[in-house]
Amino acid sequence: MNYDFLVAVLATAVVAGTPILYAALGEIVCERAGILNLGVEGMMLVGAVTGFIAALSTGNPWAGVLMALLAGGAMASIHAFLTVSLKANQVVSGLALTLFGTGLSAYIGKAYIGMPLPNPFRPVEVPVLSEIPFLGAILFRNDPLVYLSFLLVPLLWFLLFGTRAGLNMRAVGENPAAADSLGVNVFATRYMYVIIGGMLAGIGGAYLSLTYVPAWMENMVAGRGWIAVALVIFATWNPVNALIGSYIFGGIHALGFRLQTLDVSVSPYFLKMLPYLFTIAVLIFVTRKNNLNRIGAPKALGLAYDREER
Amino acid sequence: MKFGGGLITLEKRAAPSPVMAVLVPVISVVLALLVGAVFLKLTGQGPFPIYMEMFSRAFGTRYGLSETIVKSIPLMLAGLGVAVAFRMQLWNIGGEGQLFMGAFAATWVALNFPDQPAWFLLPLMFFAGCVGGGVWGLIPALPRAYMGVNEIITTLMLNYVAILWVEYLVYGPWKDPQGYNFPLTAKFSAGAILPTLGDSRIHAGLLFGLTIAVVLWVVFNRTRWGYEIRVIGDSPGAARFAGMNIPRNILVVMAVSGAVCGLAGMAEVSGLMHRLQPGFSPGYGYTAIIIAWLAKLNPLAIVLVAFLFGGLQVGGYIVQTSGVPATMVAMLQGSVLFFILGGDILLRYRLRWRRPPDTTVKGKEVGT
Repeated sequence: MNYDFLVAVLATAVVAGTPILYAALGEIVCERAGILNLGVEGMMLVGAVTGFIAALSTGNPWAGVLMALLAGGAMASIHAFLTVSLKANQVVSGLALTLFGTGLSAYIGKAYIGMPLPNPFRPVEVPVLSEIPFLGAILFRNDPLVYLSFLLVPLLWFLLFGTRAGLNMRAVGENPAAADSLGVNVFATRYMYVIIGGMLAGIGGAYLSLTYVPAWMENMVAGRGWIAVALVIFATWNPVNALIGSYIFGGIHALGFRLQTLDVSVSPYFLKMLPYLFTIAVLIFVTRKNNLNRIGAPKALGLAYDREER
Repeated sequence: MKFGGGLITLEKRAAPSPVMAVLVPVISVVLALLVGAVFLKLTGQGPFPIYMEMFSRAFGTRYGLSETIVKSIPLMLAGLGVAVAFRMQLWNIGGEGQLFMGAFAATWVALNFPDQPAWFLLPLMFFAGCVGGGVWGLIPALPRAYMGVNEIITTLMLNYVAILWVEYLVYGPWKDPQGYNFPLTAKFSAGAILPTLGDSRIHAGLLFGLTIAVVLWVVFNRTRWGYEIRVIGDSPGAARFAGMNIPRNILVVMAVSGAVCGLAGMAEVSGLMHRLQPGFSPGYGYTAIIIAWLAKLNPLAIVLVAFLFGGLQVGGYIVQTSGVPATMVAMLQGSVLFFILGGDILLRYRLRWRRPPDTTVKGKEVGT
């Protein structure tokens, strides 16, 4: 493995990890507020297809991002209504969101399959920073959405751990009854972060259709939404860890992809299995480690809050 | 809790409403069809004629009805399979992968013993299908039982692995040399094919489904074990206190759940396709989740719901000729589940209009 190959793999890891990073950041926000949303895959798919259509018809990829953000948020608001207001089972509601999103995205994307996008996001070299040896080529010769995610990570970290709003968010996820009695509006808080989470998942999906591929294909998210859900556990609900985790998962994707271009006598089907098998292995390892260190999910995660039952 | 500016209030019911238990699924299906109608309208289709055609072709003709039953077989089996796990609140989302591994194992038997008679081959394939799916269910059950590793994600990841494994086989070592390079295995020998009803395509897999539905109904409602898995699901703390072995139950339940899903795969290859090919399931394992939930995990109701969903699948294929994407069916199924979930609140709560009920004697004291 020579220097150029290493740089190429690591640069691909960042690009391949970015959609997962957006989705994982969204899910962290949502779970921190106490709502488990297993609809990430579906929200990403709807974000991917609506973003693609908007970018294609306006000629501006940013319109695609905006559309994907709105579509992801709209999808998430269904989940918020069902789980926060109607106290439905969060696992099943999230699954419904994924199943619905898979069908919906395929339905609206039917006419757009295989169409090329003439105006995808293109890499922009950051002056000075891109000249840093090694790291410059990996981190600072990317497209604007990658840079946006660089900004989003510290921003969310600060929101979570450095602001009053973040404290309220975590309180609602850990002990909604206590937060409620201190005057935090549990319902509004949960609605807000579930929807923000959906918006980020939507952008993650749009990254695939606006930059990574860039085109629309049915089911193009291919399990990345689920990997993002797993990644949240790996990241112990911390945005900075999610960044590291996303690039590791991106690296596995990239390695599988790069190995195919070399002369490796492993079937491509086995290489394609790598990210999924790796997710399982990591999940087992991390769950064990979290158990030992007594790090757990937000205490009220998955539980509906009922004022009359506190 | 209040809605609509206090016009509607919710009042907890002492027991779930039996009327709503029937009414909610029916209304949910109607509302989901309305959502579908909106999308059809938006894409310039006439919703009513489309629905009429779907319904009459899927249930109204002899051929349509038999196709509906054919499609309902894998849905029924996979629905029963995931229901076993859901009953214990184990979220087996891996029905699709277990179905593929059941099909793989049954195919392995069929391809390796081509000259054996049916009385020998079919039971062996039945067994192989159960083992293939059961092992695929057991793999995520082990870390779940002993380390508490989230089974939702692991079962789902294994779906992708199973599908890729079958693709590897049919594009590679199992590809039929006489198949003009299509990704198919060789056709099964006569002994490896399930009998069919008359000259229709309805195969003996239907009997598997009906039998298992009855067996599971008895197990769930009339046996100690059925009671045990329900208690573990509802309150693990009480179950542990009562001395129930939770890890062992997780392993058994996931193995049974996977085995029944695996049988769905075996029935598809042995009864319908007579060979293994990629993409033979349009997501039966996922639709099964909706079916199981819609049927409230009642095995007998699963048979009925699977039949209706089979019709939906057939109707969806038929209206493709009128330019309606078949994926509309997936969308309809997803929205049915939304309405069911939302409607469940009517089971647990009573809606009261205008005058809020007297709240002085409600609930526990405020604070912890």
